Amino acid sequence: MRLLTHNILSSNIKGVTNGFPLGIEVEKVVEKQVEINHDFLRNIFPKIDWKAFSDASKIMGYVELPEEAPEPSVLDSDLDFLRKFHHALLELHLEEGALVCPQTGRKFPVNKGIPNMLLHEDEV
Amino acid sequence: MSVRSSSTILKPKGGAGTVPNWTSYCFSLAAENSFDDISNKVVADFGCGCGTLGAAAALLGAEQVIGIDIDSQSLGIASMNAENLELDIDFVQCDISNLGWRGQIVDTVVMNPPFGTRKKGADIDFLFVALKVASEAVYSLHKTSTRDHVKRAALRDLNASSAEVLCELRFDVPQLYKFHKKKEVDIAVDLWRFVPKRSRGENINVGVRCPLD
Repeated sequence: MRLLTHNILSSNIKGVTNGFPLGIEVEKVVEKQVEINHDFLRNIFPKIDWKAFSDASKIMGYVELPEEAPEPSVLDSDLDFLRKFHHALLELHLEEGALVCPQTGRKFPVNKGIPNMLLHEDEV
Repeated sequence: MSVRSSSTILKPKGGAGTVPNWTSYCFSLAAENSFDDISNKVVADFGCGCGTLGAAAALLGAEQVIGIDIDSQSLGIASMNAENLELDIDFVQCDISNLGWRGQIVDTVVMNPPFGTRKKGADIDFLFVALKVASEAVYSLHKTSTRDHVKRAALRDLNASSAEVLCELRFDVPQLYKFHKKKEVDIAVDLWRFVPKRSRGENINVGVRCPLD
């Protein structure tokens, strides 16, 4: 599971009003290189919840991202930033671990990179 | 545009699930020739099964594909398929009707939803969620026999600003599941493109059953 996906998923338990972002418990992180696409990064940047993203990347062991989202103009000129953004968003994979509901603490296991968000009967 | 093929072309070659390879091919034709919904976009494949549609989207240049399915066995196969094709696809195991999903990061949803033979209206439930999640377009397959119903539901109840049948396909579904009564059946299926109306809030928590008959 990449951090792009983590930036979209939220807790789906009945009654939870504040299910985003999910906490992350890391057991195994894998890095897989993919080709960088600057246009894609520029398009996706405004849609990313930066705080959730930068916090998550730290948990995954990558500390190069700035705490605060930079000005969008940075995306036009700063190749170094684009590289870091790309790396954290698309190249870090949570292979084993768990996602955690921020409100209830309920853990959603992640195995072989796939989070299991299936709910128990009493959570629906 | 109506495409009818003879049954000799329709036989699915290997793979699993009930989406023949040429359906993905038709998807790719529809998406790339007419609309700019796939390349460089974030695409979600709802009810991805073994990942055929998501893989087609990735091969067509989708920047990121996320496949969602309820069944761990299918997801295992989908994962292997993606790896064999050297595609970057994220998979999530989830019940579509209980999807916890933030905002409109996903540009396009592609899907071959369950047709509603076992659970009536299952394909409309999927469409309900897809139209909430996608910011640009939804590509979906529904039985031709339900065409009017799908159009009405999409435009009147599910917040679609447009609903268009791109082509009509026929394929043979072999007896794959226990609930399939016949040895083989030939069905007509529409490939639809829906456009959601611009919206709404940040968080989408789809825990409510789709309110349609």
